[in-house]
Amino acid sequence: MKEKYPLFQVMGKDGKWQDQTYEKELNEAKVKSLYYHMLRIRTYDQKGVALQRQGRIGTYVPFAGQEAAQVGSALALGEEDWMFPTYRDHGASLAFGADLDMMLLHWNGRIEGCLPSRKKHIMPASIPIATHLPHATGAAMAETYKGSKNATIAYFGDGATSEGDFHEGLNIASVFKAPVVFFNQNNGYAISLPVEKQMNSETIAQKAEAYGIPGIRVDGMDVLAVYIAVQQALDKAKRGEGPTLIEAVTMRFGAHTTADDPSKYRNQDEINQKREVVDPLIRIEKHMKGRHIWDSAWQSSLSEEIGEELDNAISRMENYQKPVVSDMFDYVFEKPTWTIAKQRQQIISRGGRG
Amino acid sequence: MVMSKELAKTGEKVKTNSFNMIQAINDGLKTVLEKDKRTLLLGEDIGKNGGVFRATDGLQTKFGEQRVMDTPLSEAGFVGTAVGMALNGLKPIVEIQFLGFIYPAFEQIATHVTRTRTRTLGHYHMPMVIRAPYGAGVRSPEIHSDSVEAFFAHMPGIKVVCPSTAYDAKGLLLAAVEDPDPVLFLEPMRLYRGKRYEVPVEEYHIELGKGTMVAQGGDVSIFAWGAMMPIALEAAENMKQQAISCDVIDLRSLYPLDKEIIANSVQKTGRVVIIHEGHETGGIGSEIISIINETSFLYLKAPIEKVTGFDVPVPLFALENDYLPTTDRIEQAILKVYEF
Ligand SMILES: Cc1ncc(C[n+]2csc(CCOP(=O)(O)OP(=O)(O)O)c2C)c(N)n1
Repeated sequence: MKEKYPLFQVMGKDGKWQDQTYEKELNEAKVKSLYYHMLRIRTYDQKGVALQRQGRIGTYVPFAGQEAAQVGSALALGEEDWMFPTYRDHGASLAFGADLDMMLLHWNGRIEGCLPSRKKHIMPASIPIATHLPHATGAAMAETYKGSKNATIAYFGDGATSEGDFHEGLNIASVFKAPVVFFNQNNGYAISLPVEKQMNSETIAQKAEAYGIPGIRVDGMDVLAVYIAVQQALDKAKRGEGPTLIEAVTMRFGAHTTADDPSKYRNQDEINQKREVVDPLIRIEKHMKGRHIWDSAWQSSLSEEIGEELDNAISRMENYQKPVVSDMFDYVFEKPTWTIAKQRQQIISRGGRG
Repeated sequence: MVMSKELAKTGEKVKTNSFNMIQAINDGLKTVLEKDKRTLLLGEDIGKNGGVFRATDGLQTKFGEQRVMDTPLSEAGFVGTAVGMALNGLKPIVEIQFLGFIYPAFEQIATHVTRTRTRTLGHYHMPMVIRAPYGAGVRSPEIHSDSVEAFFAHMPGIKVVCPSTAYDAKGLLLAAVEDPDPVLFLEPMRLYRGKRYEVPVEEYHIELGKGTMVAQGGDVSIFAWGAMMPIALEAAENMKQQAISCDVIDLRSLYPLDKEIIANSVQKTGRVVIIHEGHETGGIGSEIISIINETSFLYLKAPIEKVTGFDVPVPLFALENDYLPTTDRIEQAILKVYEF
């Protein structure tokens, strides 16, 4: 199956062109923007892990290793397209335009963290695995119904392909030719379970065959390849040719979450060694150097700018107004039922911070 | 030390380990795997990883991959698989990683796990245990904090139990595995690594359907279970300063409820406070009130008070302590029924 679904690469591991067809499209400005977003979410991710360790936020879900997959896919989206991410795809959400402050509040256990971006159609992270795949299908069908040319993208991991909702979301999308891209990040593990024990299929892309839709396997450490693959799938969807399943082969460098101890189920030293070789940020840097579009002064100023942006956002998170107790009651229905009104009253009258 | 009655009755010295709840569950699972070849464990990350809370730590190494199975990420799939196993002579013990992720398996439970005995007129039955950590208060991400025991207590054909101590956890787990019918075994996450108890090495059972009186008093009856027990006890303790004494009853079994223990206490005190962290409407508290109505209506001296979670999705952790019952809310309720 690996021959049938070859790994699509635009640059090799050394960063050199593997496929120069897309050179024009992947011009200096585009590549720099891809790099900027990868650096930004990497820095954000490192801060996230650190904040959790210092007890300044709750459980955090790191995505280091998956920056190319998340940024490449997010930047391929059109302004009006819809994104359905999981808990691990906050990098993609940020790259697409999610509000950084809200994202941080989410890790701080704040309901405000689920507030959608005001600029883009970005759903709050889906926590129950694979449940949002049918949503992406439905939102895509609604775009078709409304006669627009917009598409949707659903993010999910290798483990998610084992849930019924994966099958149901893909099948319905294929039957109705919904303009949706199912973007799988195969990072090798679902918590402790390696992908070889998750499924007996050699690739995830091949699962597309069962639904009669295209399946693409892309090097998820190659941000250029991911960008191109997702863009092509979106174009196809927007032409009315239906859904695509994309498998981005990537790696989760760190723990599943900050509550996880990966040494229980894998050799983390090995991962750390491998990480240095496959790091998607190093790869794009090499590529840029090869094309003489790398400028270290530019890089340091980006890095500084990002650091400052994040530090400011973190301080805003920590100084954010206290949680509002009535928030938990006020949005269950448009108008509260008497039950909720009574309960709300009970707690507010007891000095709840309503 | 809370030396439970079951233990004292034997009169002999029993060999025990000092365990917290997660260790007691691990020990209980080990006991059943050793004893009964028909038992096996299924679930996500329970093998090599030993479970996200380490409930199954070391069990795959000891019993092998055939008996401690890391399943694909597929609750409907592995609960359904467990149905097939149970039909065919095995006794599967399934772990749902968090109760909030049981929903994909809801169909299997509602339409097969619970009905097989009835629809085959007893020809087939479902000796199956479904374990699930539940509850708020540990700063978990969204959906990880649900307390929806009432869904299952409402479902005909499955028993529901929920220990609040390490001792009860092992005894109830062994009884659940022994039971010929399906049992949902709820584990209060918040108490996993709490207090240690003397847990017998030997097998012992706590009868399903029986509550236990944890503190005795004459004025007010408090009914609670699981993660609410420590605060129920704390509130009862605090009320002593106002010369109010409470029966504190850990119901442990949510379906069926222990009608006798409820009636006996209410007929003594005539005043009742019920505590649960699940949502108020359709909660098990209403069922308890119904039992009181049926058995002890004329003994009541005050309207019954409930201190429960609200009819709202369990909020993200910044507000979870506002969602959860607190000692303060319980004390107010006790005062209210006392002073009525
Ligand atoms: C329905 C459901 N079951 C279980 C979980 C607990 N859980 C959270 S993440 C995870 C593994 C997911 O693996 P994968 O789909 O590969 O995505 P990754 O976390 O690697 O990004 C599990 C089992 C959940 N969130 N939802």
